[in-house]
Amino acid sequence: MPSKVYARFSVSYMQVLDEDGKVDSKLEPSVSDDELLKLYRVMLTSRRLDERMLKLQRQGRLGTLPVCVGQEAVSAAAALAMAEDDWFVGAYRELAGRVMRGEALVKPMMVYNGMEEGNMTEGMKNVTPVAIILASQIPHAVGIAYAIKIRGEKNAVVSFNGDGSTSEGDWHEALNFAATWQTPNVFVVQNNHWAISTPLSKQMHNRSIAQRGIAYDMESIQVDGNDPLAVYKATKEALDRAKKGEGPTLIEALTYRMLMHTTADDPKKYRKEDEVEEWVKRDPITRFRTYLGNKKLWNAKKDEALEAEIKGEIDAAVKEFESISKVRMDEPFDYIFGEKEEIIEEQRQEFLDDLRKDKEDA
Amino acid sequence: MPKLTMVQAINLALHQEMERDESVLVMGQDVGVNGGVFRVTDGLGDKFGSDRAIDAPLAEGAIIGTAIGMAMNGLKPVAEMQFSGFSYLSIPQLEGNGARMRTRSRGQFTVPMVMRMPYGGGVRALEHHSESKETYYAHTPGMKTVIPSTPKAAYHLLLAAIRDPDPVVFMEPKHSYRAFKEEVDDNGEAWELGKARTVQEGTDLTVISWGAMLHRTEKVVEQLSEDRNASIELIDLQTIYPMDGATIAKSVMKTGRCVIVQEAQKTLGPASEIISIINDKALMYLEAPVKRVTGYDVIMPYFARENQYVPTIGRIKRAIEETLDFE
Repeated sequence: MPSKVYARFSVSYMQVLDEDGKVDSKLEPSVSDDELLKLYRVMLTSRRLDERMLKLQRQGRLGTLPVCVGQEAVSAAAALAMAEDDWFVGAYRELAGRVMRGEALVKPMMVYNGMEEGNMTEGMKNVTPVAIILASQIPHAVGIAYAIKIRGEKNAVVSFNGDGSTSEGDWHEALNFAATWQTPNVFVVQNNHWAISTPLSKQMHNRSIAQRGIAYDMESIQVDGNDPLAVYKATKEALDRAKKGEGPTLIEALTYRMLMHTTADDPKKYRKEDEVEEWVKRDPITRFRTYLGNKKLWNAKKDEALEAEIKGEIDAAVKEFESISKVRMDEPFDYIFGEKEEIIEEQRQEFLDDLRKDKEDA
Repeated sequence: MPKLTMVQAINLALHQEMERDESVLVMGQDVGVNGGVFRVTDGLGDKFGSDRAIDAPLAEGAIIGTAIGMAMNGLKPVAEMQFSGFSYLSIPQLEGNGARMRTRSRGQFTVPMVMRMPYGGGVRALEHHSESKETYYAHTPGMKTVIPSTPKAAYHLLLAAIRDPDPVVFMEPKHSYRAFKEEVDDNGEAWELGKARTVQEGTDLTVISWGAMLHRTEKVVEQLSEDRNASIELIDLQTIYPMDGATIAKSVMKTGRCVIVQEAQKTLGPASEIISIINDKALMYLEAPVKRVTGYDVIMPYFARENQYVPTIGRIKRAIEETLDFE
């Protein structure tokens, strides 16, 4: 048996909108003006909400939180490409995508002020709560997609995780299941180049994350993640294939964590400012604004009006957040099981008695 | 003697032990260049290089799995889990292999490693950053579970954990990381694992605690000793497994009354085991039912509610008073 090449693979990269906001008309996806404007609005809302929450955190009015500044295009554009009943299975850096899916702006503030009530997704369908344990949500995305497949339904699942998470066993195991079962999954990896202090070079030897999908014989592509049109186009095409029964896709979106991992982190300790400066030039929001301007959909006056409108929405959300003065303390006992259990109710009673006595003693 | 926080004391133990023994290394997420998210491993990368202060790829299971392999081949890894809430991916490796290797190979292969991690509530963090699950680890034969309560104990017990010939899970109460300082004699001495420490001797009542609850309990004990002129014996459990039954029994046989303060959830926590030990060894000496002040059998809530879900000063105080007054 002679030695021979068994197979060769390639990994493609896509950018539709370059760093100066110039569009490649051959690749430009067909998106209505209204949708383009919505995408811009959502990305800007996410940015301004992050900035406001960061301020609130620094004033001690919020606890530790992750910020998504610089990464808005990935989840917002992917969410725009999704149908309303497609599942959105996120991690914790998809604020823009969640806003696109209709999350009330007060909700993240509640979560980051230590209130589970912020995980309630009224008004949103098929959006799972923030997942903190890395890549642990990716097998769920495959299970959700499997249910869709065997019931013959027409929707699909888009999941999100970061570059660091692709080192977790859960991530690889989930991709193998999805490929083997040919489930309607789209795996979006937000490669923001840093896992807290760990750069990609210490995370993996691979030249791309996209090529990891090839190992599972899965459609895989790397896109410019700060280019909302490229993310939109790749996600849309992947969803179309998934819904036709052609299996899962891995999309690696190259982006950058412009700020800290969470507010408890200080990136100055491990990364150079020059690197950040380079990525500021590739800001997804600036780039998209130029594109909209070139299409005569946008101008400075409209921008000013939108900024004021968003500020008003965020002000109202902060006001609502601050009006929540109390939480019901024994609520965790409500949600531990679906049915009442004696042991839990007994402990709830002890808890309430102690709560009362603690207040009397105070 | 320097006055140190617990973070500084652990850091000092790591520096000294890595200097003393070339086979010791630290590994984990962000432990090298960044010096750990709590700065526990600060300076180790600069001093010992990236081969011995390893910034690992992000995979808790593989960090512990490779640590087991390193330990089987002559190294003494001290692997950090960034938060105990992320450590459960280590369980397949620890339970399936780390804790069993000595038994499986009839002593040919051993796993002298440490998994250290911050645990417990009190720092206003996100989900998975506040729970106390020492039982998961203490319930695995073949490994030891250690919880220091003060900077000094952290220093001496970590040295013992690193030098121990078997896997040790070393759980650091993050609420106590910087809460107070203590004089630490940096003499390189390892305290014996499996021994509780009598913080204060007394004859009327025994109080047993560990981790962040020890410090809280100590304050209540000080106040009550004075207010009620009570002689209270306070014991720091220090090792969850193997548990120091002799010290517990001896104390309860002397005082006849006992209160246990545990941050972990109520059911099957270490307090349950302490009560069983008392039942086995000192039941006939009891003058009052043993009381336990614990967390609850619910998912640890986010921080808007968290403080009420770990034993409060009021609950500890009432439990001690009721047990003292029981006739």
